Amino acid sequence: MDIFAKLKILSDAAKYDAACTSSGVDKKSVRGGIGSASACGICHTFAGDGRCVSLLKVLFTNICIYDCKYCVNRRSAETEKAAFTPKELADLAIQFYRRNYIEGLFLSSGVVRSPDYTCEQMIETLRILREEYKFNGYIHAKAIPGADSLLIARLGMLADRMSVNIEMPSQHSLQLLAPDKTKHSILTPMSYIKGRIEENCHDLVKYRHAPKFAPAGQSTQMIIGASPETDRQILNLTEGLYRSYNLKRVFFSAYMPVMEDQFLPSLDTKPPLWREHRLYQADWLLRFYGFAAKELLDEENENFHPYVDPKCNWALHHMEFFPMDVNRAPFEDLLRVPGIGVRSAHRIIAARRSGILSFDGLKKLGVVMKRAQYFISCRGRKLPGLDMSRQVVLRAMMSAREAKLYGTDLIGGRQLSLFEPNSVLEVGAKELIACLPLPL
Amino acid sequence: MSATAAVIYNYDGSFEGLLCCVFESYDKKEIPLAIIGPDYRQSMLLAGKDILTDPMKAKRVQSSIPKKISYEVYEFVCQAFLTCFPEKELYILLFLRQAYKCGPQIMNRLTDEIVYPLYKAVQHLQKESHLLKGFIRFSVANQVLISEIGPKNFVLPLLKQHFMERYPEERFLIYDKTHQMGLLYQPYQSRIVPIDALEMPEFDETEIQFRQLWKLFYDTIEIKGRHNEKCRMTQMPKRYWDYMTEFQSAPTLRRKIPNGPEKLPVKYK
Repeated sequence: MDIFAKLKILSDAAKYDAACTSSGVDKKSVRGGIGSASACGICHTFAGDGRCVSLLKVLFTNICIYDCKYCVNRRSAETEKAAFTPKELADLAIQFYRRNYIEGLFLSSGVVRSPDYTCEQMIETLRILREEYKFNGYIHAKAIPGADSLLIARLGMLADRMSVNIEMPSQHSLQLLAPDKTKHSILTPMSYIKGRIEENCHDLVKYRHAPKFAPAGQSTQMIIGASPETDRQILNLTEGLYRSYNLKRVFFSAYMPVMEDQFLPSLDTKPPLWREHRLYQADWLLRFYGFAAKELLDEENENFHPYVDPKCNWALHHMEFFPMDVNRAPFEDLLRVPGIGVRSAHRIIAARRSGILSFDGLKKLGVVMKRAQYFISCRGRKLPGLDMSRQVVLRAMMSAREAKLYGTDLIGGRQLSLFEPNSVLEVGAKELIACLPLPL
Repeated sequence: MSATAAVIYNYDGSFEGLLCCVFESYDKKEIPLAIIGPDYRQSMLLAGKDILTDPMKAKRVQSSIPKKISYEVYEFVCQAFLTCFPEKELYILLFLRQAYKCGPQIMNRLTDEIVYPLYKAVQHLQKESHLLKGFIRFSVANQVLISEIGPKNFVLPLLKQHFMERYPEERFLIYDKTHQMGLLYQPYQSRIVPIDALEMPEFDETEIQFRQLWKLFYDTIEIKGRHNEKCRMTQMPKRYWDYMTEFQSAPTLRRKIPNGPEKLPVKYK
């Protein structure tokens, strides 16, 4: 099989992995070597689906001894199988890197022969890159659950970021859909990696040149919409993962139906993209905006609002918090205002040191006034002539696309009230409902 | 107090030249209506005052900025000069006059009518240079990496450090078509030089193979069920596509060398 055929099969098999970031670590190339990394991450292109491509994302092989129902590479699937050789893959990565096509390598794999054997093959690939080519660019390696911890340790010394996919948002779903995997087999490598990273931090304090273990941290991914968990369960799990495993990122991947199964959504189901989008919005709120999962969703609201993003939704339910005086409010409070992001909040803090801010000035600082105007005041006064009626405010919180969706539902004779609990599932969430397999 | 004078400064288009305009403005206690570079001279009706570039004067202004204001302001001004903002010269002058008065605090005055447009322009420059760190595509010919870009801002000085750290052992050329300048690098030194035109050499079999492999990867990695043209265009505006391997049609990808090694487009010293 030639390299073209292999690349086609093995990148096709890897495309459902959401993580393609190259962030979290700053490195320069060493003399005689090649490759650097930038902490902010660099996107090298964007695929037709709008996702950033920054790494050469491939599987080492798509041969797999497991038979996870949601996975394209499962044992029983009748797709063509292929495997790189370590040398072949390392050469390809270097040649792509030289031409600035990529920022590094994302290496995952199906489990061939045994987890240990698979892990050894991956290690050999990374070893060639790091030692023979002196490659100092970004490498994201997938830890293979079930592999020996010494092998995981070696992999972590070669990679910048490690990840273990949690796959399903609950143990029950995992049992049903990935019968060969257990919660235990996933969490064990995850906590091992966490332990090694912490240990490594202590070493680095003592010895400046101590070799680094996964310096860009650890991430994970779960599939959304293949199993019946609610947004609240998923978000709580996400928060728990950030807390207890110190993860850098949790990725969500809207489920693309790949096969017919009684436990899976039918093949004509569309991927729940809006749900994935809302989860990412909430994920940002957890990581950068100081929100807690329980503030965003509770027993009465198990799922995110289809038309209004989680931050606006929170604000609309906490009007007692507003209006907020932009000239006085502390940074953490500014972050709670819809239309003010992390950057514009920083700019507000800087700009108000040298003068009092006006509504006009806020626009220049990058505040989205369309949303923010209902929640802020300048010099103790709200924007004059502001219409605070419910429908107007609600409309302002929606993006053009959300408003269009909302409009269609209105014509359908059903009007959404934001302030009634559980209205979310009744209206507009067809996509979501279609994804809930009833037999469960 | 300096008053706005009915005068226009003509300068030579260099950063030193602009610093001399700043010097002149303080020396004559006047603020010009405009500062015009050599490329726009004909279009002006008013006769202007030619400001000669004097390295001594430029040096005095240059060293006073970090000393009397801050290094941050100096860097900001240097970057502002690289932007495609049409009136950048006059705005830089007005910005500096204000900065000498109020000190490093000037960087916080983001809503000011002079600071804001400059700040926006610098952000545009930084964003474009960040995107290009990813979107630049090299082709290998005779062991030299060659690339062509068409940026709006003059980003080469901002790209220099990044690519030097990335490929310390390679020799490379980034040609900026808009500004007709090139960034040349060979271990371990770099230079930015004017280049009038660059004709891409034809590439050998190996180069074409990697281009095709990359295109194959690019086309495969998309999840077809999630196709989203609008999102792609927001993230990666179309003006960059012309220079990117993955958007080139098959014939361009296939361009071959007839025989033997050919000459490099520019002399590489």
